[in-house]
Amino acid sequence: MRVELTRRYSFAASHRLHSLQLSDEENLRIYGKCNNPYGHGHNYFIEVTLSGPVEPSTGMIADLGELDQFVAREVIEPFDHTYLNKDVPAFRERVPTTENLCIEIFDRLKAFPGARLVRIRLEETGRNSFEYTGQSDRSLR
Amino acid sequence: MVYLTRKIEFSAAHLYHNPAFSPEENRRIFGKCNNPNGHGHNYVLEVTVGGETDPATGMVIDLNELKQIMEDEVMRRMDHRFLNYEVPELAGQIPTCENIAAVIWRLLEPKIHHGKLARVRLWENPELYVDCYGEDGAR
Repeated sequence: MRVELTRRYSFAASHRLHSLQLSDEENLRIYGKCNNPYGHGHNYFIEVTLSGPVEPSTGMIADLGELDQFVAREVIEPFDHTYLNKDVPAFRERVPTTENLCIEIFDRLKAFPGARLVRIRLEETGRNSFEYTGQSDRSLR
Repeated sequence: MVYLTRKIEFSAAHLYHNPAFSPEENRRIFGKCNNPNGHGHNYVLEVTVGGETDPATGMVIDLNELKQIMEDEVMRRMDHRFLNYEVPELAGQIPTCENIAAVIWRLLEPKIHHGKLARVRLWENPELYVDCYGEDGAR
């Protein structure tokens, strides 16, 4: 029986979409409002999906308390109430689009020892969401 | 292939307790869910059926048929019940979201004759859900 478990978390952060590989005019044209030099923020919602056998003695794929602690340590604490471009080293040179954020979160959580990480779904707003399953061509980043 | 999803809500009580564990282990592993008097949730169940659209009706499965199956197999068994004591399909299992979703899959799968059961998604609360894809598990 293939069973997957999904847990939702949230954090609030600000960012600015500005690529060092583009001119100021191109950045403004491509990113529009999101290129505002002072940044802006979102309430992000993360869905973390795990897969694995259901342990018969507990009825669980993974201990939710362990997952909560792992996600808090690896993602929520370093990202919540930060300016992603400056406060998270991974985004000092990489544009903190929600695509890149989704990949970064997947890479941070894939080491979770309790079960296999199969998907990260990240909502930037109620209208935008992104999913990453760890299978894209990393050379494209 | 087209996928159709129907959603229902049911309310039920449960508790997590494994008689093979000591009382201390039960409390450590299951935390608040080990309260011997139980506690409850409003579960939200999303049932997804996949199949080809019948050209004569434009449907994968008649929604009333699916509604009746979900009513008979899930609502009548689980709604306003204490899952540990009143649902024989869960006897001997910890009624976690994982196990309940698998039980619901086994109840629904043989009853769906138009299209094929593709996914059972069970929300325990707005922060936690489980997806079950059956034995084959292909997606």
